[in-house]
Amino acid sequence: MIPAAFDYHRPETLDEAVKLLKKHGDEAKVLSGGMSLLPMLKLRLASFAHLVDINRIPGLDYIKEKGGNLCIGAMTRQAALERSDLIRTKYPILADAIPLIADPLVRNRGTIGGNVANGDPGNDQPAIMLALGATFVARGGKERTIPANQFYKGLYSTALAPNEILTEIRIPAPPPRSGGAYAKLKRKTGDFAVAAAAVQLTLGKNGAIERAGIGLTNAGLTPIEAVDAAKYLVGKMPDEKTIAEAARLAAVKSSPSGDRRGTVEYKKEMARVLTTRALRKAVQRAGGN
Amino acid sequence: MAMHKISVTINGAVREAEVESRLLLVHLIREVFRMTGTHVGCDTSHCGACTVHLDGEPVKSCTVLAVQADGAKITTVEGLEQGGKLHAVQEGFTEKHGLQCGFCTPGMLMTTSALLVRNKNPSEQEIREAICGNLCRCTGYVNIVKAVQYAAEKMR
Repeated sequence: MIPAAFDYHRPETLDEAVKLLKKHGDEAKVLSGGMSLLPMLKLRLASFAHLVDINRIPGLDYIKEKGGNLCIGAMTRQAALERSDLIRTKYPILADAIPLIADPLVRNRGTIGGNVANGDPGNDQPAIMLALGATFVARGGKERTIPANQFYKGLYSTALAPNEILTEIRIPAPPPRSGGAYAKLKRKTGDFAVAAAAVQLTLGKNGAIERAGIGLTNAGLTPIEAVDAAKYLVGKMPDEKTIAEAARLAAVKSSPSGDRRGTVEYKKEMARVLTTRALRKAVQRAGGN
Repeated sequence: MAMHKISVTINGAVREAEVESRLLLVHLIREVFRMTGTHVGCDTSHCGACTVHLDGEPVKSCTVLAVQADGAKITTVEGLEQGGKLHAVQEGFTEKHGLQCGFCTPGMLMTTSALLVRNKNPSEQEIREAICGNLCRCTGYVNIVKAVQYAAEKMR
């Protein structure tokens, strides 16, 4: 399959890339890893007159701790995150998820920036960013930050303006006694989730939950933040009864559509089950029971 | 139509081409360079038959633009053999009957040869995870795993 014709641009600086996006407006699309965009173009589900390839712009590929945040450059490939000791030791919620994204060959090209900016509710990292309370840095005319929970507007629709490029993902470093987990059900390698849940918790001195974030993948037109479930958890001891109720509340918030991966009822039930599992694991990792 | 002059090093040889923006890397390799060892299978980045090394990393060449490979080093299945001697993974697939129809084999060879650069002694689980983006519809993977284990031993 061959994509419809387009012009390819390879800017060497962010300024140049932004200028190209400004010039071509919504006829242009940013090309990062291309693991979603190129199949879409090949299947002719999308077409753009201009692709702006940001692969050769220096300084967009990094994983570093800075100012109380984990900062990840948008062009950081999934394979690099998968091999990062920092991610493995301090961000288990990401370490759980990355090996479950597509397959190793796709992860050699695919980037975290593409995963979160694509606006596909089937992508895994948006729900994780909601759970972690992450912020996205965007560069258009000037730089601005957008909280993850204000970023997703609709199916493939985000808060990014046509001339903006997502450049960095900022994740607040979890305080002591924090734990996160990602639980995903998929039919086979390379498939999107039937359902998946991302959970990030912090426990207080007495063992009660101090902060909670829960995100759901493929549970609606956008990644879903299970706000009610997270609120319910705060101040409570993380016992089985509390976990069960929070998972029930999260599933209520999910609104999947029925397809070949399952019926609506099945997917909602799986959202509940996976939230339960992710909660249990997050509590355990936070040093609770 | 925008055309781009590109230059790549493929299996050690510098090759130049003038390509359309939308030309895929796999078509550059097969149709422009006429190297047909790399296969097109699903054409939707699932099956891995088109796997090549792009600057040392195995990638699905049906989902990379040819113009993106400008300046890069590409290795295809034709480049595995060195000085008339098969690569250890090629020998392994022969010895352990790691193929039947052979359609997935070029991709399997490229993925597993890259695995063995990174991991000299992969467990069966690690081999299975490494090839989970390469689909084989004949063998059930048992002999493919054996072939990679044979190659790993040979390379140690």
